Amino acid sequence: MALPLRISGLVVEAGGRRVLDGVDLELATRGVTAIIGPNGAGKSTLLRALDGLVAPTAGRIGFGDDGAATAPRRAFVFQKTALVRASVARNVALAVEAEGLPAAEARARVDHALARVGLSGRARDAARRLSGGEQQRVAFARAWARAPELLLLDEPTASLDPAAMEEIERLVAALRDAGTKVLLVSHNLGQVARLAEDVVVLAAGRVAEHGPVDVVFRRPASEAARAYLKGELPWQSFDASP
Amino acid sequence: MLETFAQASALLLALDPSVAGIAALSLRVSLAATAIGCAVGIPAGAFLAIARFPGRGGAIVALNALMGLPAVVVGLVIYLALSRSGPLGHLGLLFTPAAMVVAQAVLVTPLVAALTRQIVEDAEGELGEQLRSLGLPAWRRVRALLLDVRFSLAVAVLAAFGRAIAEVGAVLVVGGNIAGHTRTMTTAISLETQKGDLPLALALGMVLLALVLVVNAAAAVLRAHALRRHG
Repeated sequence: MALPLRISGLVVEAGGRRVLDGVDLELATRGVTAIIGPNGAGKSTLLRALDGLVAPTAGRIGFGDDGAATAPRRAFVFQKTALVRASVARNVALAVEAEGLPAAEARARVDHALARVGLSGRARDAARRLSGGEQQRVAFARAWARAPELLLLDEPTASLDPAAMEEIERLVAALRDAGTKVLLVSHNLGQVARLAEDVVVLAAGRVAEHGPVDVVFRRPASEAARAYLKGELPWQSFDASP
Repeated sequence: MLETFAQASALLLALDPSVAGIAALSLRVSLAATAIGCAVGIPAGAFLAIARFPGRGGAIVALNALMGLPAVVVGLVIYLALSRSGPLGHLGLLFTPAAMVVAQAVLVTPLVAALTRQIVEDAEGELGEQLRSLGLPAWRRVRALLLDVRFSLAVAVLAAFGRAIAEVGAVLVVGGNIAGHTRTMTTAISLETQKGDLPLALALGMVLLALVLVVNAAAAVLRAHALRRHG
């Protein structure tokens, strides 16, 4: 992503409740930014707002120094893999349909994406017959096929075994290394430490803290971050001094 | 009673040409009506499933209510439209199999549309956000959702076929029950019962039930095979 992402005063209301309550955030153009926080903090809603899936009640999402640049190409990988009852290749092809590419080019993009996630040999298999880890790799192939500048990941490894999780983390790292900006929502703080450079702690729809992972994990400045990390990392002792 | 069954079975075993002809016409008319109902009802139901517009709730209630359209009323309205003084009288369709197809299509289209709407809306709940995230326009999302639910839609198609082939009121009014021309199994059963030819009525009833059973069994086998293959 060539331009920084700027979020100011973002409010999203749903069902009479303020899910996001004035989020202000500025994110670097590269690398992996993790978004952590307790359930109901607004993490998934923030990703959905960035992807245009939910309309902000107030506030602004902008790109570039003046916040007026065109939105980057995006891809979203959900926790629950949403695959159509069709072949693996057909599912990945959905990712490039909107671009209206010539058939040969679209097929080449699909083949390339499947090769990147190690599923070339399964292209004609029924997507819903794959294992959970393989299904998530199909979702990543779909993301890869879109050549995203911004990749939104909503707990992509939440229901996977360690081997499948490692494979997905390898794919996230590969996309990051290819220049894609990644926003990763995760409750797995080990994963956050392995993949992310900076971490945003959301609590009650607001940004409680934003900083480098090692700083936030070792010396959380906000009470909300301290409380969350204490619950998630009970073995880690924090430096309580501000 | 047993004697009637025996005579009906004898008629079937003898492959009575009048029975075969009536069964073939019934099948042809009902399949054509089901095809038209699916061609119109599936896209309409799918778009209603994903579209958001003021009055959508009312449209869904109306569509669901249309599933209970009284066949005789539909027959009467189409009769009026196709009669010589009606707006479509110049087509000369009244008392032809084509008029029966139109009447049955009118009856089954809301059924297909309403069932499709529900099936696609359920799939939309599961896949809709992902498809919107991929930037797909509405018609491509509909196509992807229909691809996903194609095996479930078999139920809608079978329900439409079932209603069409079992229908008697509308085809009687617009077809006229003319022997060798517009006589279907249901209208023949009704007529033969009134005439007292119970063996023939029963033979036709057995053919009708067998046809419905065969079509449903074939669909079930195909669906199970497809689900095994596609997950």
